[in-house]
Amino acid sequence: MSAISREEVANLARLARIEMSDAELDHLSGEMQVILGAVARVQEVASADVPPTSHPIPVNNVVREDVVIPSLSPTDALSGAPASSEQRFKVPQILGEAE
Amino acid sequence: MSIRSSATEMAEALARKEISAVELANQHYAQIEAVDKDVHAFLHLDKAGALAQAESIDKKRTAGEKLSPLAGVPLALKDVLVQKGVPTTCGSKMLEGWRPPYDATVVTKLKDAGIVILGKTNMDEFAMGSSTENSAYGPTHNPWDLTRIPGGSGGGSAAALAAFEAPLAIGTDTGGSIRQPAAVTATVGVKPTYGGVSRYGLVAFSSSLDQAGPCARTVLDTAMLHQSIAGFDPKDSTSINHAVPDVVAAAKKKDVKGLKIGIVKQLSGAGYQKGVENKFNEAVAELVKLGAEIVEVSCPNFEYALAAYYLIAPSECSSNLARFDSMRFGIRIGDDGSKGAEEVMNLTRQVGFGREVKRRIILGTYALSSGYYDAYYGSAQKVRTLIKRDFDAAFEQCDVLVSPTAPTTAFKIGEKSEDPLAMYLNDIATIPVNLAGLGGMSLPCGLAEEDNLPVGFQIMSPAMKDDRMYLVGGALEAALLSKWGKPILDFAPSLVGSK
Repeated sequence: MSAISREEVANLARLARIEMSDAELDHLSGEMQVILGAVARVQEVASADVPPTSHPIPVNNVVREDVVIPSLSPTDALSGAPASSEQRFKVPQILGEAE
Repeated sequence: MSIRSSATEMAEALARKEISAVELANQHYAQIEAVDKDVHAFLHLDKAGALAQAESIDKKRTAGEKLSPLAGVPLALKDVLVQKGVPTTCGSKMLEGWRPPYDATVVTKLKDAGIVILGKTNMDEFAMGSSTENSAYGPTHNPWDLTRIPGGSGGGSAAALAAFEAPLAIGTDTGGSIRQPAAVTATVGVKPTYGGVSRYGLVAFSSSLDQAGPCARTVLDTAMLHQSIAGFDPKDSTSINHAVPDVVAAAKKKDVKGLKIGIVKQLSGAGYQKGVENKFNEAVAELVKLGAEIVEVSCPNFEYALAAYYLIAPSECSSNLARFDSMRFGIRIGDDGSKGAEEVMNLTRQVGFGREVKRRIILGTYALSSGYYDAYYGSAQKVRTLIKRDFDAAFEQCDVLVSPTAPTTAFKIGEKSEDPLAMYLNDIATIPVNLAGLGGMSLPCGLAEEDNLPVGFQIMSPAMKDDRMYLVGGALEAALLSKWGKPILDFAPSLVGSK
C-alpha cells in the first residue's frame, strides 16, 4: 500500500502551480491514497526484462518541409491574451519575487 | 427525409435538390431549440458561420460544381477541437471566452468537404471523465433518460446524435471517450488507429493516447465521416503516412463469411451487467449466423490496463496542461498589480481547473517525480508493452476482437461523481485499444433487459486495419436491424422536439 502524506500532496500542488485550500488538500490526500493503491498494481507485472513503450507507433525526428508559409498576425496571436501591450503579451512581474 | 434520417440519406436528398443545405441546417437548429434545454449537448452554436457555409454549398450545387459526398450535411463538433473565431472551452472555465486564431486540421477537412458545423458540444473538462459531469458548464443528459449520463468525455456529441440535433459528430477518444458515449446512447463511434486522424488543433490531454474520430447513427455514416477527416498531416508529427483504409467500401460490404472473430476472455464476467453480457452474446450469435468463425482469446495483461492508463494519461496531462498558465490565453485571476507571475498562475489554476483535472495533474506530477518515476510511470510503460504483446498474439488467431464496449448501461447523474475509482471502471474495456494505438468501434447491439437502456458492442482492429471494424460493424448492424424491424433509436422515449 502506497502512503502519501498531506504534506506531499501540498508539495505536488506547489510543483504543479495550483493553489489549494486546506479543505482541497484534505480531500485530495484521501483520494490520492485510494487511487495510488489501485494503480500501484502495475508493479506486479513490470519486470526488469520488459522494455517500456512510450508511444503506440514508433516515430522519431519527423520534420515537415521547410517552406515559408504565412503565420498568425500579431493581432491574431494576441487575440486571446489576458493582457497585451505594444504587440506583446503583458504578464505580471516575473523578477524580484520573494522566492 | 427528416432529421431522423441518416447522413447518407440527407446527402442524397441534398444532391437531388429536394432540400437545401440552409433548410437542413435550420431544421436541425429548430430541433436544438426544442430539445437542448433538456439535453444540453451544445456549449456554443455558430449559427451565422454554419448558415454561411450552407449557403455557399447551395450556391455551388446550383452552379453545378462537383461536391464532396457529405457536402451540406450538418455536424456537431466536440469542444476540444479548435475552430477559428468560434469559442473553444474544452468544458473548462480556464478557456472561457477564448476564440482560437486557427482551425484544427479536422476542422479544415470538414470545411473542405462542405460539412456544416452547427456548434461545439459539451464534454468532461479537457476530456477527463466518463459521464460529461466534469464539464464546468453543467452535465449533458442522456436522451434515453434525462436523469442519466450520456457517457464521456464526448457525451455532448453522442447525445446530439441520439437527440437528432445533428446526424454527424466528431469526438476524441483517449481511453474510450468516443466509444463509451456511443454505447450508452445507442449511436456509433469509432476511435481510428492512432495517427490515422490528425491531432493538430486537438487540445492535448494525453498525447500518446488522444485520437479524434467520427460519430454518427449508422455504420455507413460513420465510415463516410471517417473518410472525410482521416489522412496524413505534416502538421502532426505522429500522423501516419499511409493510405486511409477503404472504410466506406467495407461498411457497404456486409459479408463476414469465414472471418475470424476473437472474444476477449478478460473483457467479461465480474463487473459486467447481466443484460450487457446477454445483448453482447446475442450479437455474437448473429455474427455466427452470418458465417463468421468465433474464437476465444486470452489477453492476460488487460487486467492491468486500467492501472497503467491511470498513470500514463495523468502523467502526460500534468505536462500538457502546464500550458494553461494565464500568460498568453485563457482566464487570468488575481492580477491586481501586487502579485508576481507565479502567484497569479497558482490562483488562476486553482479557479480555472475543476476537481478531476486537478486530481489527475497531481497524480501525474507524483508519478513523474524523482524517486517514484520507475515504480509508477516506468512500470505503466512496461504494462503498455505487455498489452501490445497480448494484442499481437490475439491477432495471430483472428481478424478482429470483440467485447462489450462498457461494463454497464448509463448510470444516474451524480451516482459515481464522488468516487473516482468507480468512475474509472467505465473505461475498463475501451482502454486497451488506446494503450496499443489500435482501432476501436462501438455500435448498438440492443437494450439491456433490466433497464431497457442501450448496450454497446465493441470491435477492435489491428493498426491501420480500420476497415475491418466497418466490415463487421456494417454486417452486424444490418442483421440487428432486420431482427428489430426498426432502428434502435426508434425505441427511445420521444423528446419534445422530435415528435
